[in-house]
Amino acid sequence: MNWLLLLEQILNGFQLGLLLFLLAAGLTLVFGIMDMVNLAHGSLYMMGAYFCATFTGWTGSFLIGALLTLPAVFLLGVVVEMVALRTLYARDHLDQVMATFGLILFFNEATRLIWGPIGLVIPLPEFLNQTVEIIPGAPYPAFRLAIILVGFLVAGLLYLIVSRTKLGMLIRAGASNRDMIGALGINIRLLFTLVFGLGAALAGLAGLMAGPILSVEIGMGESILILTLVVIVIGGIGSIKGAFIAAILIGLIDTVGRSFLPELLDLVLPSQTAATAAPAISSMMIYLLMALVLAIKPQGLFPPKGVGR
Amino acid sequence: MLEVDAINSFYGQSQVLFDMSLTVNDGEVVTLMGRNGMGKTTTIRSIMGLTPARRGTIRFKNKEITAQSPYRIARLGIGLVPEGRLISPNLSVEENLIATANSGPAGTGRWDIAAVWNMFPKLRERKNSMGNQISGGEQQMLAIARALMTNPELLLLDEATEGLAPLIRQEIWYCLRNLKEEGQSILVIDKNMQALTDIADRHYIIEKGSVVWEGTSRMLLKDDAVKHQYLGI
Repeated sequence: MNWLLLLEQILNGFQLGLLLFLLAAGLTLVFGIMDMVNLAHGSLYMMGAYFCATFTGWTGSFLIGALLTLPAVFLLGVVVEMVALRTLYARDHLDQVMATFGLILFFNEATRLIWGPIGLVIPLPEFLNQTVEIIPGAPYPAFRLAIILVGFLVAGLLYLIVSRTKLGMLIRAGASNRDMIGALGINIRLLFTLVFGLGAALAGLAGLMAGPILSVEIGMGESILILTLVVIVIGGIGSIKGAFIAAILIGLIDTVGRSFLPELLDLVLPSQTAATAAPAISSMMIYLLMALVLAIKPQGLFPPKGVGR
Repeated sequence: MLEVDAINSFYGQSQVLFDMSLTVNDGEVVTLMGRNGMGKTTTIRSIMGLTPARRGTIRFKNKEITAQSPYRIARLGIGLVPEGRLISPNLSVEENLIATANSGPAGTGRWDIAAVWNMFPKLRERKNSMGNQISGGEQQMLAIARALMTNPELLLLDEATEGLAPLIRQEIWYCLRNLKEEGQSILVIDKNMQALTDIADRHYIIEKGSVVWEGTSRMLLKDDAVKHQYLGI
């Protein structure tokens, strides 16, 4: 086994995991607190990538483009919440799925109208567009490293907000006690709008960081949405901590599995069979993990404390 | 301070309150009594805006609050201690107090975390316990303390001592008496007539959604017919 390759794949796993976490954090907060299924979360991720491509084009700088994208996606989230989602909280989950699926179509077509059918490219600045040798002998792209760094920073920041600030207490209390919090003088609507905007900004951050390594194209939010849903189900719906651990787990299993499963299978199976089975099994692995977790802990790994649902 | 004037409230199609009226004056402790299902909790919910009255008016400090949202009503200075307490199970005792705290409508309220610890030393001992790990009595104290932390000018207590052990009840009454001496206006629902007549200034007895009797503690204690007919004592 090639240890350098394994290390590289582990780093890639963290990078994918942290991107998933940024998406999952917003989705799990919205689902856990407002009891709202929002399939359009992937669209906000896509909008993050498109906004960043556009702003980077205007300003000529990826960093400034990224900094402009975050408030822009936050505002977009706030508008979407106030115009479309606010009326859906009281409806049942199926209505929410239908309506937010409609939003996906809306965002995809709007993107086609505004930016055209061909994908965009986000050019990286020189210092991010090189490799660094953090492990001697294994050069690793600086940008992917930056994603890992930003992911950990944001995760830490989110942890502090949720566990230490008054906003965090209200977020946690709102999940179990919506009416009561309102009767104690908190504007629940405003709180929900802010939380949704925050989730949107996190999705946008994931999108703008994924843009340069994947591609900025219509429909990019859908495939990652599925992975994100797997993450929040495994982590326990409503739990930020669960989302973090599940996201890293999924990132590692998916990435490392895809690159090493063929070798492992080769040891136990005839090479012809191994070559055909490996890709199929590796793309199933995370769903197998989800099925396993749900069989043992139907509420996910970290059901939020005290929420007896 | 609070004037409820002929309100009519509904749950869906069924009407619960029929021209319900009451007032609470500055510094007064007023009770709502009556059998279960007569509309006591609905009255509180209507005042708070949780079950908005469809007809009639509610004024607080001479300002109409009838169709306001609950958070606006709370911010004007009404603190709710709800039936069933509704403590956040996934917040610690201290967090339950801090999360919704504010310095009151005038911004000069006297209740902060130190004042609450002073009044409820038991809560201080449990400050790091989760809301669902403390006893019913502690939860009731926490619900009262949580409402006080919003520095309300009027405190609404729905079932002040329901389901609590006698000793804990006494503690709650003792605490309400202290609050009254400090001039806190309180509207309280409870079934414990002995304690209520001891603390409160005036009483309303409600039957099928409207007031059938009102008067002072002395009047109530003397009136055996009323006690028997409406309270089953």
